[in-house]
Amino acid sequence: MIVEKVENYLKRIQDKKHLNAFLEVFSEESIQRANQLEKKIHNGESVGKLCGTVVAVKDNIAIKDKKLTCGSKILENFTSLYNATVIEKLLAEDAIIIGKTNLDEFAMGSSNENSAFGIVKNPYDEKRVPGGSSGGSAVAVASEMCDVALGSDTGGSIRQPAAFCGVYGLKPTYGRVSRFGLVAFASSFDCIGLIARDSISLAKTLNVISGYDLKDSTSSNQKVPEYDSIIQNLPKDNITFGVPVEFFNDGLQSDIKNKIFEIIEFLKSNSFQILEISLPHIKYSIADYYLLTTAEASSNLSRYDGVKYGSRIELPQSIKDLYTQTRDEYFGNEVKRRIMLGTFVLSAGYYDAYYLKAQKVRRLIQNDFIDAFNKVDFIISPTTPTTAFKIGEKTDNPLSMYLSDIYTTSANLAGLPAINIPIGFDSNKLPIGMQLMANFFKEDLLLQMSYFIENNFNKNKLGN
Amino acid sequence: MKITKELILHIAELSHLKLKEDEIEKFQIELNQILEYVDNLNEIDTSSIEPLSHPLPIVNVFREDRVEKSITREEALKNAPEATDEFFKVPKVI
Repeated sequence: MIVEKVENYLKRIQDKKHLNAFLEVFSEESIQRANQLEKKIHNGESVGKLCGTVVAVKDNIAIKDKKLTCGSKILENFTSLYNATVIEKLLAEDAIIIGKTNLDEFAMGSSNENSAFGIVKNPYDEKRVPGGSSGGSAVAVASEMCDVALGSDTGGSIRQPAAFCGVYGLKPTYGRVSRFGLVAFASSFDCIGLIARDSISLAKTLNVISGYDLKDSTSSNQKVPEYDSIIQNLPKDNITFGVPVEFFNDGLQSDIKNKIFEIIEFLKSNSFQILEISLPHIKYSIADYYLLTTAEASSNLSRYDGVKYGSRIELPQSIKDLYTQTRDEYFGNEVKRRIMLGTFVLSAGYYDAYYLKAQKVRRLIQNDFIDAFNKVDFIISPTTPTTAFKIGEKTDNPLSMYLSDIYTTSANLAGLPAINIPIGFDSNKLPIGMQLMANFFKEDLLLQMSYFIENNFNKNKLGN
Repeated sequence: MKITKELILHIAELSHLKLKEDEIEKFQIELNQILEYVDNLNEIDTSSIEPLSHPLPIVNVFREDRVEKSITREEALKNAPEATDEFFKVPKVI
């Protein structure tokens, strides 16, 4: 049975190769592993919690002896020497890893157009982007090429592509999941998270990958609840949803707005409280996000210099040429732009005005959320201001691309967990996603509410 | 704040990026656009606000000073663009 499932997924991957969701597929190994697991079951041996779950992995997460490209020419031939902690945990619970998925270079992007290995197409409309940066992971799940996909989320990179591709996407609280083996982009923002076709798959997998890790000193030692076994225990009494007034402005596509209002009515009819709230500093979140993440990225990406690993230009005249020409040649445009901006905001004379200022605003944004979660259990919003846009539509204007993360970056600035829940389609039959945010380490509540909406709103409205 | 060509060249130098002429021009325009956009942060009075460098409280993590298993020299050199049996190889420095 497991073998058959893996074979079906491999066939889907082959049939839908033009979507470019995968950078590498582990065909033989995954079938071999499926066979071993079936044998284990046949022999009555005990098996792991994720026995036979087929997982696709974003190609910025390390798997031993596999390529780890980060969608970049600079790491085109890099092979990982070790497993990320999440990979160790998945394998220990008998999951099957089917391949590595495409992404924006170093996870920098909102459309997957920044991959050095080709764009990824949205399965709902192949002229449109799948979102990014975990575009390959979202497409792999939406197109039934795996059960679950690992992604990473620094400013919306799981939730935004999940919204564009009509699947569930969870960004956990900062520190819930170990980052060991995740290639660093902006270390105080980066989170490994999950994409799946239903809430229960998110819960089961989160259960396995969460927890403290000695190898990541920023991972949390907060107890990990049994997310999957309590997913149906949604507390129905005294649950309040906050609706931030700032999130429903002119830039929001009208059928997304209508859909969110429809959900709000549905929640009211199920006796949940709705409260209008204000997040006064939220309008600064994109600006704040780009100042801080580019600063962290410029520092993190200084390690790619063509010496110890990665690509190197041919015949450099000097060590300086080796560094500077290698970096110019093998980094893509968006990555270079962000390194430049980040270097600038950290440089002497500008540090206080930009970087330090942005860190202070980050506290104000976090305080807005701390205040809000004193009054409400969830914050409800759209995940994206529009549904999937056309390939090429925003590539010439970095700012307009950055604005597609308007609802998602604040969760990373504050460190909060957030989920994308697919709730319907727009007039072009493109998926619409809504976002729920909850307080620190309230993934259990997010998953319970996601499960409730999936089974009570979506089942009735979407007819699936 | 306006970013001049000289400043772009200075940032490129600090970034260890040998930009091509068209990149210099493009990044000057784009960085100016982005800085114009982020300028709205100056509306906020942050004089009494502590900077937030990390979303959750973090503490130093200590461990015993004990040698643990690490990668071999051979593994460490495996991904190098150029190496000898023992060392990473780069152009002559001195």
